[in-house]
Amino acid sequence: MSGERKRHVIPGEVITSGSYRAEQNTIQVGDNIVSTIVGLSDVHDGSVRVIPLTGGYMPKDDDLVIGKISSHSSLSWTADINSCYVGMLPASDVFGRDYSSSSDDMNAKLAKGDLIAARIVNADMTRDPLITISGRELGKIDSGELVKISPNKVPRLIGKRGSMIQMIESSTNSQVTIGQNGLLVVSSEDPNGLLKAIQAIELIEEQAHVANLTDQVNEMLESKSE
Amino acid sequence: MGGRDTDIVLLDENGIRCDGRKVNETRKVTIKAGVLKNANGSAYIEFGDNKILVGVYGPRDVHPKHMSDTDTGILRCRYHMAPFSVGERKNPAPSRREVEISKVIKEALEPAVMLKEFPRTAVDVYMEVLQADGGTRCAALTGASVALADAGIPMRDLVAGCAAGKAADAVILDVNNEEDQAGQADLPIGYMPNLKKITLLQLDGVLTPEEYKQCIEIGIDGCNQVYEIQKKALQDKFFASGEKQ
Repeated sequence: MSGERKRHVIPGEVITSGSYRAEQNTIQVGDNIVSTIVGLSDVHDGSVRVIPLTGGYMPKDDDLVIGKISSHSSLSWTADINSCYVGMLPASDVFGRDYSSSSDDMNAKLAKGDLIAARIVNADMTRDPLITISGRELGKIDSGELVKISPNKVPRLIGKRGSMIQMIESSTNSQVTIGQNGLLVVSSEDPNGLLKAIQAIELIEEQAHVANLTDQVNEMLESKSE
Repeated sequence: MGGRDTDIVLLDENGIRCDGRKVNETRKVTIKAGVLKNANGSAYIEFGDNKILVGVYGPRDVHPKHMSDTDTGILRCRYHMAPFSVGERKNPAPSRREVEISKVIKEALEPAVMLKEFPRTAVDVYMEVLQADGGTRCAALTGASVALADAGIPMRDLVAGCAAGKAADAVILDVNNEEDQAGQADLPIGYMPNLKKITLLQLDGVLTPEEYKQCIEIGIDGCNQVYEIQKKALQDKFFASGEKQ
């Protein structure tokens, strides 16, 4: 039973009733599935979810996020990940298991203000989310432009199977690292390409609710390239 | 209890109240969501001559740290009246009354807000009364729940507020300042329209059991009317037009 139209919903509004699974941002009240936030309802394969239109970023396991180192203790760094929780990056993640606080200098590896691309390892909310920077495409970010968008608009920026972001990357000759928390790093050899990529991202952020956004972005990218 | 003496005719022979309303009519309510840039969520509400601005922050870190709860987020509310909100200058320091209203509004919102989803954080609601004309607690509560929804904080339902009461021996809906001062009873109600649950209920004055039942009935009816306006405010902000420039 897919293909039911997406509907605008507000907290407390009944989306559907009957035997559906209440998923993301919905609750079951008696027989009804009720939205808990302002967003777009999506009924698909017997499950109901609401795509949020507002709100901050909540860390989820396996999310790629971009963070800024805010401080460190003798055992871990803390990183601002644009959320109500701070990311905890254990020193052993960088130095390996034989890390010793007396011999290894944490500041030499990551100093306050450094940007990192990290993956969330454990976000169970009982403590601050654990992040890691060991892995492909993870680690300290040395160059590029930091752009901040609303975390709710990240899926729109990526597009269906990455179509939107691929289009921007290929036509502006730039690389975009997207954090699920709404922080992006755009880098390019070509300063004009960089500028155009940022403009395209800003356009998407502004027009995220418009239907045929891909065409609009494509138009914008092509018009400026002449 | 007969209320204070007054020259104002609270209810004339045609059943029209001192501000021209019928007994079961609310004042004009307008709400605008998302009016402040720096707050995570906000709303501005005009409830008759009441003007209230609400800002919501959070979920965010709890300060002071000892207030944080490892099991759940916490809700903190501040209801405050601006010095210029009433005829005589109001001392801006929090009064007993403001502390009480902050507390009851907090408790009226708590059943709706799903704080369990953000342990160790706080959601702060700041309600600033710019102009007061009776029934500010209901208006502030109404505005606060729109601002919370605007901030994207998960809620089981919106909370709508509206008072019922008794003046000139008649049961009336949405008590204004004159009716509050000179009337016989004031019964503010906070209500979750979809869940059909009352979250705020206070009573100042004396009602017979029969009048009390009537008050609850028309009060809930008033809340349902207010809810439609809350809904519209959120729809206007988020779904206004697909072709916004």
